[in-house]
Amino acid sequence: MSYVRRFSRTERLFHWVNAAFFFTLLVTGLVLYLPSLEVAFGRRTLVKDVHFWTGVSWPCALLLVALAGDRRGLRRTAADLDRFDRDDFRWLTGRHAPQGRFNAGQKLNATLTAALTVLFVVSGLLLWFGERDTRLRFASTVVLHDGLAFAAFALLLGHLYLALIHPATRHALRGITVGSVSEEWAHRHHGKWSPD
Amino acid sequence: MSDETHPDPEPARVDHGVPVGRGVFLGTVVAGVSSLLWGKAAWDRVSGTVAPVAERLVPVLPSSGWRIYSVAAHLPTFDRATWRLSIGGHVDRPQTLDYAALLELPRVEQVSTFHCVTGWTVRNVRWAGVRINDVIGPAKPRAGAGALHFVSAEKPYDDYLTLQQAQLADVLLAYEMDGKPLSRGHGAPLRLVIPDMYGYKNVKWLERIDVVPRVHDGYWEALGYDRDAWVGHSNGYGA
Repeated sequence: MSYVRRFSRTERLFHWVNAAFFFTLLVTGLVLYLPSLEVAFGRRTLVKDVHFWTGVSWPCALLLVALAGDRRGLRRTAADLDRFDRDDFRWLTGRHAPQGRFNAGQKLNATLTAALTVLFVVSGLLLWFGERDTRLRFASTVVLHDGLAFAAFALLLGHLYLALIHPATRHALRGITVGSVSEEWAHRHHGKWSPD
Repeated sequence: MSDETHPDPEPARVDHGVPVGRGVFLGTVVAGVSSLLWGKAAWDRVSGTVAPVAERLVPVLPSSGWRIYSVAAHLPTFDRATWRLSIGGHVDRPQTLDYAALLELPRVEQVSTFHCVTGWTVRNVRWAGVRINDVIGPAKPRAGAGALHFVSAEKPYDDYLTLQQAQLADVLLAYEMDGKPLSRGHGAPLRLVIPDMYGYKNVKWLERIDVVPRVHDGYWEALGYDRDAWVGHSNGYGA
């Protein structure tokens, strides 16, 4: 079986650094959010510090990977994720349409994930500094931060299902772990993509 | 289904697509940031419908609106046999109440709303407990007493109220919430309830009340919160 490269080393590192930070934030966030975990675990100030500093380091780490890695490749991927052609719109309405390196759902998922990340960081900083300066205190900050967590969790569940369980798509996991996918699978799922 | 041998019907005109992603990205970010102005009002409007469903589907969610905030490594554990509430400071007769003695004091019930300074609100909380005067009175506060110091078993959580604030009609020392003994997370077995002030003034896990000449900074005031934590008129709100 022959394989084609789907994700560069930089892209894979970017993905897994993001995943590691996200899971740390998810676990510490749940301890802060769920009353049962808060009562069982306690140590709120410690968990809060870990959550905050992980959140602050999150965009910094991603920026570092992007700057130190293959910047041109990342830019090309971002441009790819940005553009939707007629087949993408057809695909989104549930019809069969040939897809490029990313299908329209993957494009949307990446875009929304990026937007949620920005909003997580903004609302998280407002929560932290709002405790210290009343001018940064908004009654809705906590509603936004919680809402983002629910939205991100829903995206994550869909992502995990398609990457780990769904038989037709789980082959894609190879692409983000070792970097390559089978040529036959790529042809079937991403017909318009011509790997370089 | 499988083979896409010639996907583009007009190979001469390549469809590069339109930049939709950046619009979705910016739209989501702008919508999210703008929700700082309308998010709580919107959530308050739908939470009455959403919360009961969420609570049934995923019982661990704080759908009722309560969050548990604490400052120490571990939440205090209530032991009925050893728990005591002591009343001291500027008094003639310092008192020590055990849990049974607390329950023998005149019981009052009230329904009030609980507001947290971080933005969440729980409406119609059913409290039961005792009025402060019934606890402080027997200790005979001396002349010159002007405030009460509420000390939590969760160190170093404490706070103060002026005597005037503590005499407000709906100020309560609560040992029951929504028909059940106060749970550990809510400050078992006894917490202060002052509905007109934000939650951080409602000291949980009470173990001592001292009569003092005047108020000082409590735990949260030392971190920059207002001493007079009136809901909607303090801590940067309604200024």
